[in-house]
Amino acid sequence: MNWVWFYRLASPLWFYQTTTRWLPWLGLLAFILLATGLVWGLGFAPQDAKQGNSFRIIYMHVPASFLALAGYFLMATAGAIGLIWKMKLSYMVMKAAAPIGAALTFLALFTGAVWGKPTWGSYWVWDARITSMLILLFLYFGVLALQYAFHNEEASNKASAILALIGTVNIPIIYKSVDWWYTLHQPSTIKLTSAPSMHPDMFQPLLVMILGFYCFYIVALCLFTRVEILRRERKTGWVGDLVGELNGSTEGKRQ
Amino acid sequence: MGHPSLITIENLRFERDDTTVVSCDQLHLDVGEILQVEGPNGSGKTTLLRLLTTALQPSEGTILYCGKSIAQCRLEYLSDILFIGHQSAVKLMLTAEENLLWMATSELSSTAVLDALEALGLAGYSDIPCYKLSAGQQRRVALARLLVSDARLWYLDEPFTALDRDGVKLLERCMSDHVSSGGAVVVATHQDLDVQGVRHYPVLGETLLRACP
Amino acid sequence: MRKQASNSFYAYLRRDLLLSYRRLGEAASPLIFFVMASTLVPLGMTPDLASLAKIAPGIIWVLALLATMLSVGGLFAGDYQDGSLEQLLISPQILVMPVLGKVTAHWLITGLPLTLVSPLLGLMLSMPEAGYLPMMASLALGTACLSLLGAVGAALTVSLHKGGMLLALIVMPLYMPVIIFGGATVQYGIDGLIWTAPLAILGAMLAAAIALCPLAIASVLRLTSIN
Repeated sequence: MNWVWFYRLASPLWFYQTTTRWLPWLGLLAFILLATGLVWGLGFAPQDAKQGNSFRIIYMHVPASFLALAGYFLMATAGAIGLIWKMKLSYMVMKAAAPIGAALTFLALFTGAVWGKPTWGSYWVWDARITSMLILLFLYFGVLALQYAFHNEEASNKASAILALIGTVNIPIIYKSVDWWYTLHQPSTIKLTSAPSMHPDMFQPLLVMILGFYCFYIVALCLFTRVEILRRERKTGWVGDLVGELNGSTEGKRQ
Repeated sequence: MGHPSLITIENLRFERDDTTVVSCDQLHLDVGEILQVEGPNGSGKTTLLRLLTTALQPSEGTILYCGKSIAQCRLEYLSDILFIGHQSAVKLMLTAEENLLWMATSELSSTAVLDALEALGLAGYSDIPCYKLSAGQQRRVALARLLVSDARLWYLDEPFTALDRDGVKLLERCMSDHVSSGGAVVVATHQDLDVQGVRHYPVLGETLLRACP
Repeated sequence: MRKQASNSFYAYLRRDLLLSYRRLGEAASPLIFFVMASTLVPLGMTPDLASLAKIAPGIIWVLALLATMLSVGGLFAGDYQDGSLEQLLISPQILVMPVLGKVTAHWLITGLPLTLVSPLLGLMLSMPEAGYLPMMASLALGTACLSLLGAVGAALTVSLHKGGMLLALIVMPLYMPVIIFGGATVQYGIDGLIWTAPLAILGAMLAAAIALCPLAIASVLRLTSIN
């Protein structure tokens, strides 16, 4: 099997050039999906029988939760690839994924709180899902803090990658433990999502939002990675040329 | 046809934060040689030694031990080397004798330990916790390890730090005794060594430099 | 006669115990913290025994967790500073056994004393009698888990200067399953349920930790401690 494509992936320059071409289109797609999903979900989807209009927050909450979790696995996978194949680009992607994932986790928690108030009368409820999401946020914080604590780039990469992998192994354990803990103390089963038993009219805009969020995540990841590439490769020739071009073009405009 | 050198370095490169810290195209070390690695502070001497002890992994290149890559004969190689770095690995809460017993590669009788300490001028100090010793005495405890080890290769990083004149002479004598009985030494120091047959290897960090013959 | 790998577990265990014995004051700090901090809750909340009884299991477990977490940072720090860690990394042996020896020494110095002193705290916080045995059992297994997991965090932060708080940040999410099942064991005991069930899960976690953590610690030390 021809692995050239895989090794080409390792080149930051290739990544930068490819994303320069494709990112605007992906961004447009993300915008269209998100706009459609929001308008459909917030405006046109039918009301929930029990919760009225307040359930509509799931159009933000559910995609954010999915991506928060998927983002952590992506970060850990990028770290693993970096460790095994010593690919610098992979480490850059891992570093970019951390703040985005943390922000999405926070968004999931925030929208969960917004949903909680009209539904159960309290902004915060220690239910299994929300508590697991909170612990996920802490895991993200740990990786972020570790990343910025090292002065040496290599050590920073390796330590963050290993911590992300350890976190990944622990996520199922944490989730199951919290789930068990919750059922011990709360006899009532309040579910935050009733996705499987959702009416198609409510589910379809949710699907659109999930797709939109995925596209948005990829756009954000690529943007953050591009910045990381520029920062790390700032001493190379192609970055110098790029900066020279930008300077040249502004000077041309000034004249 | 001669057998391969004890240590052969080929095209060794070590990068940190996008700067080449160590760059060594060719280097040989044979039995009976003392190689002095010298250069200004921060030129990569300690890094070169760490690459030799496998504490660090090179970005490129190979190090061969008796012709075999050290990555492949790792345990065998590590059993034959001894490294004494800037920090002496002497536990301050333990006595000199306890420290030496720990660092020995084989079971030692207490007389062997006391003999070693005596040879380094620490005759009455074997049962005192090392935090009560001076820096020079702690360094001597660390160096006593050389007398109780059967390692063939010695890697010493600035071993003369804190030693007085007598200590320096003692260490020089240890080194020449070691190489004349079939060992080899790589020592990073800026001190002039009063020992026979020292080869010099200047290191300048980012600038490429070839080993003197 | 060369030193065998199997000897190195006991060698490192004995050495760390000896070193702690020579600094007994330092070694006893987690235990003293444990006892002192237990007075903070009544002082901050209420001296009413009934209220304290309800939250006693949780308090004792949280304090044991904090005491372990605060002390585990020193596991590799001393060795890193005096060069012993580098010597360990270049010694001709598999690192798993020395690491396990050091972590076991840490547990014998922190976790085991905490376990033995916990009935005293149970008494001060008026924990129901049915909780004493489950508490000691859960702490014995749980603190061992905490030592192992904490050692992973200690290995990750060993080369950082002010790594203490960062260590806590990294390691706390990993500790959460342990305290869930540890606290549940005590609560089950107090409520008259089968407390050996959550205890068994705690035991399983410990078994997994003993198998996996030393490997993780060894890799982390090799990759990140020398640069």
